[in-house]
Amino acid sequence: MNKDTLLIASKNYNSRLLLGTGKYKDFAETRAAVEASGAEIITIAIRRSNIGQNPNEPNLLDILPPSKYTLLPNTAGCYSADDAVRTLRLARELLDGHSLVKLEVLGDPQSLYPNVVETLAAAKTLVAEGFQVMVYTSDDPIIAKQLEDIGCVAIMPLASLIGSGMGILNPWNLQLIMERVQVPVIVDAGVGTASDAAIAMELGCDGVLMNTAIAAARQPVLMAGAMKQAVEAGRSAYLAGRMPKKLYSASPSSPTAGIIASTRS
Amino acid sequence: MISVSINGVVRQFDTPLNVVALLEQMQLGGKRIAVECNGEIIPRGQFDQHLLADGDRLEIVAAVGGG
Repeated sequence: MNKDTLLIASKNYNSRLLLGTGKYKDFAETRAAVEASGAEIITIAIRRSNIGQNPNEPNLLDILPPSKYTLLPNTAGCYSADDAVRTLRLARELLDGHSLVKLEVLGDPQSLYPNVVETLAAAKTLVAEGFQVMVYTSDDPIIAKQLEDIGCVAIMPLASLIGSGMGILNPWNLQLIMERVQVPVIVDAGVGTASDAAIAMELGCDGVLMNTAIAAARQPVLMAGAMKQAVEAGRSAYLAGRMPKKLYSASPSSPTAGIIASTRS
Repeated sequence: MISVSINGVVRQFDTPLNVVALLEQMQLGGKRIAVECNGEIIPRGQFDQHLLADGDRLEIVAAVGGG
């Protein structure tokens, strides 16, 4: 039997859990959570460096070296296609030509809902420039298909708003996306706890990307391990194929024959 | 005297300088950073040839935690 791996842009990954690295207490906790999660793909953000005011500032890339993890630079905080493209050009230079990226173009700072018009424009430019684009988007199946047609290597619809922990609000739309899209579909944003991740995987999603659900848990490292197990359990349940639901009709698990005689008759 | 905006902060320099000298001044020499000048990437291999000009707008970035 072939090993069940996640194939993104011609590379196989054993873990279907992708992890963000924001909001942790410190780098030690970031590293411990990443290790406990088993994640191989780790998102990072690109921000202005200190310019001499803090010369001994620790660097995230020393904690999570590109030699050990597939780093996925994001465009968090970008509200236009232009800013997102510039950010990822900087990321590619920073990471020595690394082309796998997470595109997200946001619509407004309250909802952080994706601006799909700008996202489509940025995706076109980035694909033309040779980037391998994993794209955060709404759970709109038509937009998801358009992003695949542009050449994105993974479609990453939200389960609910970024950082909300509200779980999967519209499993039906995720199903519609998976019916239409051939590239991996990875739920990105909104997962709150382990059961949310398991449900995403049971639906047939190829992976789950999360950050706050782990970083904002009371014990992030423990939650990172729980998420690892949930993603694995959900994937196995999906592959195993759940039993059909039998509405209003029970079916005993124990044999119906050989039951001892009733003393009442 | 030239004025250069670096990550939104305007700095003045008496003599023209290249990116290598600028990064050394800011103790960023050899650090994992990337540099953009007026919206265009300056590849690391060109840091020593790229002379800063009056009015240049630089962005110097690094990787940080994010989701």
